[in-house]
Amino acid sequence: MKYETVIGLEVHAQLKTKSKIFCGCPTDFGGAPNDHVCPVCLGMPGVLPVLNKRVVEFAIKTGIALNCEIAHTTKFDRKNYFYPDLPKDYQISQYDQPICNTGHLTIKGRKIRIHRAHLEEDAGKLVHAGAAGLHGSDYSLVDYNRTGVPLLEIVSEPDIESPEEARQYLTELRNILRYIDVCDGNLEEGSFRCDANVSLRPEGQKELGTKVEIKNMNSFRAVQRALQYEIERQIIALDKGERIAQETRLWNEATGDTHPMRSKEEAHDYRYFPEPDLVPLVIDRNWVSEIEKTLPELPESRRRRYVDEQGLSADDALVLTESFELANFFDSTLKLGAPAKQISNFLLGPITAYLNEEKLELAQTKVTPENMRDLVGAVTSNVLSSTTAKQVLTELLQNGGSVKDIIDKKGLAQISDEAGLKDIVSKVLADNPSQVEEFRSGKTKVRQFFLGETMKATKGKANPQVINKLLDELLA
Amino acid sequence: MKELIGKSISKLQELLASKQVKAKEVCDAHLNHIDRLDKEIFAFNTVTHGLARKQAELVDQQIAAGDKLGKLAGIPIALKDNICLQGYPTTCSSKILANFMPPYDATVTKRLFEQGAVCVGKTNMDEFAMGSSTENSAFKPTLNPWSLMGNGNKKLVPGGSSGGSTASVAAGFSTVALGSDTGGSIRQPASFCGVVGMKPTYGLVSRFGLVAFASSLDQIGPLGRTTEDVAITLSAIAGHDSHDSTSLPEPKVDFLSDLKKPIKGLRLGIISELLGEGIEAEIQEAIKKAIETYRSLGAKCDQVSMPNLKHALPVYYIIATAEASANLARYDGVRYGLRDKESKDVLSMYYKTRQAGFGAEVKRRIMLGTFALSTGYYDAYYKKAQQVRQLIKNEFDQAFQKFDLLICPTSPSVAFEFGAKTSDPLSMYLSDIATIPANLAGIPAVSLPCSFDKQGLPIGLQLMGPALSDAKLLQAAFAFESTTNFDNQPPPALLTKV
Ligand SMILES: [Zn+2]
Repeated sequence: MKYETVIGLEVHAQLKTKSKIFCGCPTDFGGAPNDHVCPVCLGMPGVLPVLNKRVVEFAIKTGIALNCEIAHTTKFDRKNYFYPDLPKDYQISQYDQPICNTGHLTIKGRKIRIHRAHLEEDAGKLVHAGAAGLHGSDYSLVDYNRTGVPLLEIVSEPDIESPEEARQYLTELRNILRYIDVCDGNLEEGSFRCDANVSLRPEGQKELGTKVEIKNMNSFRAVQRALQYEIERQIIALDKGERIAQETRLWNEATGDTHPMRSKEEAHDYRYFPEPDLVPLVIDRNWVSEIEKTLPELPESRRRRYVDEQGLSADDALVLTESFELANFFDSTLKLGAPAKQISNFLLGPITAYLNEEKLELAQTKVTPENMRDLVGAVTSNVLSSTTAKQVLTELLQNGGSVKDIIDKKGLAQISDEAGLKDIVSKVLADNPSQVEEFRSGKTKVRQFFLGETMKATKGKANPQVINKLLDELLA
Repeated sequence: MKELIGKSISKLQELLASKQVKAKEVCDAHLNHIDRLDKEIFAFNTVTHGLARKQAELVDQQIAAGDKLGKLAGIPIALKDNICLQGYPTTCSSKILANFMPPYDATVTKRLFEQGAVCVGKTNMDEFAMGSSTENSAFKPTLNPWSLMGNGNKKLVPGGSSGGSTASVAAGFSTVALGSDTGGSIRQPASFCGVVGMKPTYGLVSRFGLVAFASSLDQIGPLGRTTEDVAITLSAIAGHDSHDSTSLPEPKVDFLSDLKKPIKGLRLGIISELLGEGIEAEIQEAIKKAIETYRSLGAKCDQVSMPNLKHALPVYYIIATAEASANLARYDGVRYGLRDKESKDVLSMYYKTRQAGFGAEVKRRIMLGTFALSTGYYDAYYKKAQQVRQLIKNEFDQAFQKFDLLICPTSPSVAFEFGAKTSDPLSMYLSDIATIPANLAGIPAVSLPCSFDKQGLPIGLQLMGPALSDAKLLQAAFAFESTTNFDNQPPPALLTKV
């Protein structure tokens, strides 16, 4: 039978405020265990939470970027369960009145709806000795540094149709969060975590199939692989006429499969009830408008502009906007009057290659949009060849400076002077009589060889158009 | 030094200011009094001799230097053992916190100390403030100081849960004390021990540093032998606190300017439902007499019916236990307090720690609350209880359109004997029938002595007012107190024992 895949994603995004959601402790990653704690985030007897206003601001900002409705009144609830990484043995979360409702984001022209986004506090981290988990370990240690770090849980509708689309959704979501500067989207440090719900249904059937939740995926690739595995597992089961159990399964990166979580670990009745230590939060519409004004142009809108107004290909526009920095650099250079296609070629070609090679961010290099305009200009006006342009670019990335100074200092200006080049081309031909013979006998491909040799002799500075003209003359 | 015991704040401060006596002497007199008599009464879990002497010496230095003195400079105070005092045990009279030392001071503790108070100790209570007799203390029950008056060897409870703080004030161990009131835990013991106890408006006093029982009901308040002492103490601790999100934004914190003004024209509502069946006859009589006293002071008294109050007790026991079930979850043996060290896995550590650490009443309430919040029961219990709570609030709002304050007994009975109600939790819960409504509505209420029964035991009168009418409430209490002679009547036998 043919099946349709239905995927919904739950993302926990760590909001990058300086302090935690309910106390003044820093949110910095790392630090000695239990260094970033205080009586409040340790859940000592008698402490009370006080909501960090900045956290609310970041949640509203995210809601606006995801086209959500921002709640007029929102509240917090206690989610009760016992676990050693949870100091109060309840988590302050939002149950039935989340701060953001019903939004969407767009990937490749398709709208993926957002069901809701709600705020909650993160738990601590357990380190086990003698086993992988709490069960069976000799002892376990707790680090509460992460406890109380603000999280925004963003829940999609089951609108995603394939593992690839899931990856695109996550990429776009992370991208948006980075654009609006509320989350650094770092998967390794756990500041962007994802759980997936997946179900299959016979093609054409309206009713959704049984949903399986997958946890423990630590990269976008893992999400894709886990979903792929899970879809195949379910197809095999369904084809055999088996029923899919509604359960939570854990992805195992090493073995590449999923296995059910112990039922004991998931059999929770969270007994949600309104958090009596916090008052309901009424969100002022003026505040929402103020926050809206601070939003930058988002990836989707930029992509449309790059394609429609600047004539870039959809693929180039996609790659450019996947990095907020790259897109900003592109726009700044564009504003200085440089042509889009050439800027994009530099950014997506040599610059991206250099950044990957050196494991750097664009901001860590010295190149400026003004440099980029000058560089593109020097190539267009034949002052630099593509080879020498790369040399100038490397210098700009490493040490900065002005394009003109680097060309002068390194003597990279392109040689277009016919008289000067004629001697060099003549010498190349004189030194290679057999190749000249070959050319004359009809093997015109040898022309590339003469071009190369001339370039070598001029250290790449010769203008190829002039060389070609001279070759035409001298070989005629 | 016995002349220093049982004195009011203003009297002690007069003696200190005129340098007739030193704060150190006041402090030592009270510490000696405690050391000699608390063996019998057991008001204290911890007596903080060192801290008290240090604080008294500081006050003496300020007096010598001619510095401006705080509102409570040199005044011996006691803290209920669920209010955090940095570096000293804060046990909540529970085995699970028997060794717990908070790493911070509660906001009220800070504020008392800023005003120069001298802390003599931490007082006994019903475990986690759950109870009405202080018999639920995991350590030892506190004796009502009135038991020592020769009541035929009857050992009486001081009421609860702030039994230790109340006994401390009644016995003269401290001039004033702080208690916490979730369903009557300040007012009911105040009525049993013949002192003044107040539950302020919810949010008037910061809860930061008060070990939570039921967050939406808990409120810290003062106990004293006179209304004026209570008013002075309240003005020291009231006011907005940025550490407590439920703390009210800058409420009026002057409880003294109008305290002694006459109350002519005060509209006083007599709650019919709390002056009939279920209330001891002698108490009903006493309240009726008190109403006459108010009439003589120019108050207009009339009956008001509040039929929804009959729901207050079940509503309270759902909301309070639900909140408690979450608030007490953190006592799991992981971070502080008792831990079962024999357990081989975390689940059995949770079970055994909590089994050994909590007493029967605490366990009963955690289970009740857990049940009330469970899937499938939430709507029928917790949600319904919140709806009825709103009805009760509305009924108070209506009553306060016609009346400035409401009057009723504080407790349906006078102090009872040890063990009289321990086997019957429901009859114990009924002790709070008149006090619980104020917590549900978040309004202020005060209990003050208004009479003695035939055995000579104190009877308490309760006044309630709309939110933030705390000053008016104290004014009405003061007016009654100054025309009658029931205040500042600590058990005479006890004072002569000094
Ligand atoms: Zn903290």
